[in-house]
Amino acid sequence: MTDPAPRTTEPAPEQAPLPAPTTRPRQDGEGGRVVREILSGNAVISVLAVIVALIIGAILIAVTDPRVGSAAGYFFASPGATVNAIWASVSDAYGALLRGATYDPGARTWQGKLGIFETLTFATPLILAGLSVTLAFRTGLFNIGAQGQIILGATFAGAAGFFLDLPVGLHLVVVILAGALGGALWGGIAGVLKAKTGAHEVIVTIMLNYIAAALVLYLLKNQLKDPNSTNPVSPKMPDNALYPLLLGPNFRLHAGFILAIAAVLAVGWLLNRSTLGFEYRAIGTNPLAARTAGMIVSRGYITVMLIAGALAGLAGTAQVAGTEKSLDAEVAGSIGFDAITVALLGRSTPWGTFFAALLFGAFKAGGTSMAVNADVSIDIVAVVQSLIVLFIAAPPLIRSMFRIRAVRREGASA
Amino acid sequence: MRRAGIAGPAHRRPPAPTPRWVESLKLELKGITKSFGALVANDHIDLVVEPGQIHSLLGENGAGKSTLMNVLYGLHQPTSGEIHVDGSAVAFAGPADAMAVGIGMVHQHFMLVPVFTVAENVALGNESTGRGGILDLDATRRRIREISAQFGFDVDPDALVGELPVGVQQRVEIIKALAREAKVLILDEPTAVLTPQETDELMDIMRQLKANGTSIVFISHKLREVKAVSDKITVIRRGKVVGTADPSAPTTELASMMVGRSVSLTLEKSAAEPGETTFAVTNLTVTNDAGQRVVDDVTFAVSRGEILGIAGVQGNGQTELAEAVLGLRRHVRGSITLGGTELVGRSVREVLDAGVGYVPEDRQDDGLVGGFSIAENLVLDLYKQRPFSRRATLDRAAIAANAAAKVAEFDVRTLSAADPVATLSGGNQQKVVLARELSRPLKLFLASQPTRGVDVGSIEFLHKRIVAERDAGTPVLIVSTELDEVLELSDRIAVLFAGKLMGVVPGKSSRELLGLMMAGLTVDEARAHLDHPDATIEREPA
Ligand SMILES: Nc1ncnc2c1ncn2[C@@H]1O[C@H](COP(=O)(O)OP(=O)(O)OP(=O)(O)O)[C@@H](O)[C@H]1O
Ligand SMILES: [Mg+2]
Repeated sequence: MTDPAPRTTEPAPEQAPLPAPTTRPRQDGEGGRVVREILSGNAVISVLAVIVALIIGAILIAVTDPRVGSAAGYFFASPGATVNAIWASVSDAYGALLRGATYDPGARTWQGKLGIFETLTFATPLILAGLSVTLAFRTGLFNIGAQGQIILGATFAGAAGFFLDLPVGLHLVVVILAGALGGALWGGIAGVLKAKTGAHEVIVTIMLNYIAAALVLYLLKNQLKDPNSTNPVSPKMPDNALYPLLLGPNFRLHAGFILAIAAVLAVGWLLNRSTLGFEYRAIGTNPLAARTAGMIVSRGYITVMLIAGALAGLAGTAQVAGTEKSLDAEVAGSIGFDAITVALLGRSTPWGTFFAALLFGAFKAGGTSMAVNADVSIDIVAVVQSLIVLFIAAPPLIRSMFRIRAVRREGASA
Repeated sequence: MRRAGIAGPAHRRPPAPTPRWVESLKLELKGITKSFGALVANDHIDLVVEPGQIHSLLGENGAGKSTLMNVLYGLHQPTSGEIHVDGSAVAFAGPADAMAVGIGMVHQHFMLVPVFTVAENVALGNESTGRGGILDLDATRRRIREISAQFGFDVDPDALVGELPVGVQQRVEIIKALAREAKVLILDEPTAVLTPQETDELMDIMRQLKANGTSIVFISHKLREVKAVSDKITVIRRGKVVGTADPSAPTTELASMMVGRSVSLTLEKSAAEPGETTFAVTNLTVTNDAGQRVVDDVTFAVSRGEILGIAGVQGNGQTELAEAVLGLRRHVRGSITLGGTELVGRSVREVLDAGVGYVPEDRQDDGLVGGFSIAENLVLDLYKQRPFSRRATLDRAAIAANAAAKVAEFDVRTLSAADPVATLSGGNQQKVVLARELSRPLKLFLASQPTRGVDVGSIEFLHKRIVAERDAGTPVLIVSTELDEVLELSDRIAVLFAGKLMGVVPGKSSRELLGLMMAGLTVDEARAHLDHPDATIEREPA
């Protein structure tokens, strides 16, 4: 090392055994990356959070089941009966949940049998809104505003649907673009305020959620109101403005799901392959260093909120031009908030978000079947979802439960 | 007027009022091994810290010093090996356990809450200060005053930590450890962030702690400091103990023991052959957000093929000057030109694109993205250029190939350039920043504290690289509070004091002259003072 000429990558013989400056750049295939992500401590915590939440849900199912209660009455005479009752109760409930969400051979209709497609239908807006939260989160912004962005997207898409009369194909494209625009507008407001005034995006997006909810209600009572209805709902979307159904009229699954998958790929490319994503991730991890490296942090905040808003807006189109086919004040349901959980459960990676959204879609699709077929309150699903949030938000809890050693990153200490 | 004490330790500390002897503690590390995956950071290390000794660890960047200390402090679990305290084996599940037996650690990045007062910070997480879970701040204040008085710390328990200078914050960290009855104090590169004055004061404090029975494990890359305070020196290379040394051993011997080859501690460089003057700063004034002039009407120029060093005590406007050149500062008046182009008012991107290589003073805050891989950090400001990206798409293969070349050239010690940069040792992180900034055609190289935390062997290499950059015809601006480094590298030296330029002197000027200028004398005043040391200096009040 006595001369500044480049050294070869071959370590000198006497240095061979130890951290010599050898480099073995990993062959970083897409598959390898996914596997590493799933195997990394974080993904393990996500999986454990779901499992623990399901176990606690099982306990709740068991203790609220009268069969278990009566079997416990003669627990000492016949402990096996109690165990059997618990097993029956829990397996009934979760069995119904699973069958409802995937495949139920006992159902009479094909719709009833193939719950998997309901799962995908419910997952579609969650994927898109989850990506919105994920993308902002990776840039260091906590986008609580997916809810408002979905509403705005749905409103714009709805307006483009009702007021325009365009040929097949073109109309849907215009509806989709309008939805993205509406969401981008709402997200962009938060981005601009953050960039120009430093206003915290959490506060701003929460406010924008309220404004969006009030705004859509106002429009539904006035400009967007269905003249034939007394309720604040819009007219039906014209057929040209709807996502085509993927599996015929018996299933609700629509082309919005394809769009969602395309969005996963696009966000994956954006975050991991593009120069823009490089900037977003740098800003999200260390804005000071990003600035010193010539990145314009404020511009990053604005553009990422535009894109994130557009993604949530697309989730709005999946509602209004896909499953609901009209606009009402509940168009966003709790999707905007579930999207936050989905993004966290998915560890803010595009594919993680995708799978987390599928899980939540399955909860929704299977929850009804569980309520009907196993007579278990659908609220159990809400409890399990909330528990997942709790465990995700408190990784130290999960770690201590399973004695996982924290992955320390303090190599930075000088 | 602010005047930095340059006349050595001006105020000796008052003797301790009531010496509180701490019970000494003997610490033995036996066969400590710590692996991170395939990488063995510590390899069967044996180390004995005798009671009341200052034991220094020397070793090149990535040798495993910090890792060993993190094991000792319970932050890492050893892969194998034992820690013995006073003869019996102990196991630490976390720092709390280490503190319980009397081991305290001061990290280079302080673990203080800036919006809390000193007393609140000391009380934080210290159960012994509260009774029944109630925070007893009065007792904590009393304890802080006691410790302060004993060691002459001069720390106000009610001061807000965020408003204290770095040196004082470090003392708060030491108080925190002492308040928890630390008998062994680990100081990992404590002097890297200190001014020479603060360093001298810290060394005084260390000697007093030692006189009081506290043992200290001291890590520093500055051999002068190690020689000055140590009782014993252990040298680590590539995870193994390669020997012990006596503090009286010559510096060159210590250096070659560390690096495993002979190191030249003085830079051999040819005389500068300055070409045309391409970088000029004219009447530059920078105001901070509070409206104070932090850089005050500064004018200087650097020619191609010349290194200008900017010396000064930390906090006299150097940081702001460097940031103003890069375009990071608001409220900049005056002119900064590079090759005829005005830089004031340009964005950072434009300044970088104009050919400025910039090494920020704080690598972790401003120079690196910790979660990014080494490879990504090596293109942090080049990612938009070919070959690293094409049509807005990153070229992973090109980024990896660049990383492989830079890691080899700059001797960054890592198993894989795909690892997060935060897993690198401090000195190796610094090398990543330098490797990045020196790896493109430059019109100006501007580096603040270029070799902070870097070992002697790598300093030799980096200094040679910087001189090579100069010889290639790049104007070089080195900002350093390390007078040794400034003297070593510079062809000319400019001294800043309270934001003003005290003058520009030749690179071979005496320390005394520079010292006087760093304390606020202009060149002429300083020269006059050196010629007639007894004459009082006539000057206008600032
Ligand atoms: N958390 C970690 N994960 C993986 N590798 C690590 C981690 N922490 C340290 N290392 C590796 O262990 C080795 C020793 O690092 P360490 O920080 O102990 O060096 P050091 O002697 O303190 O160096 P320096 O003088 O530069 O501070 C390095 O190769 C480093 O990359
Ligand atoms: Mg270290």
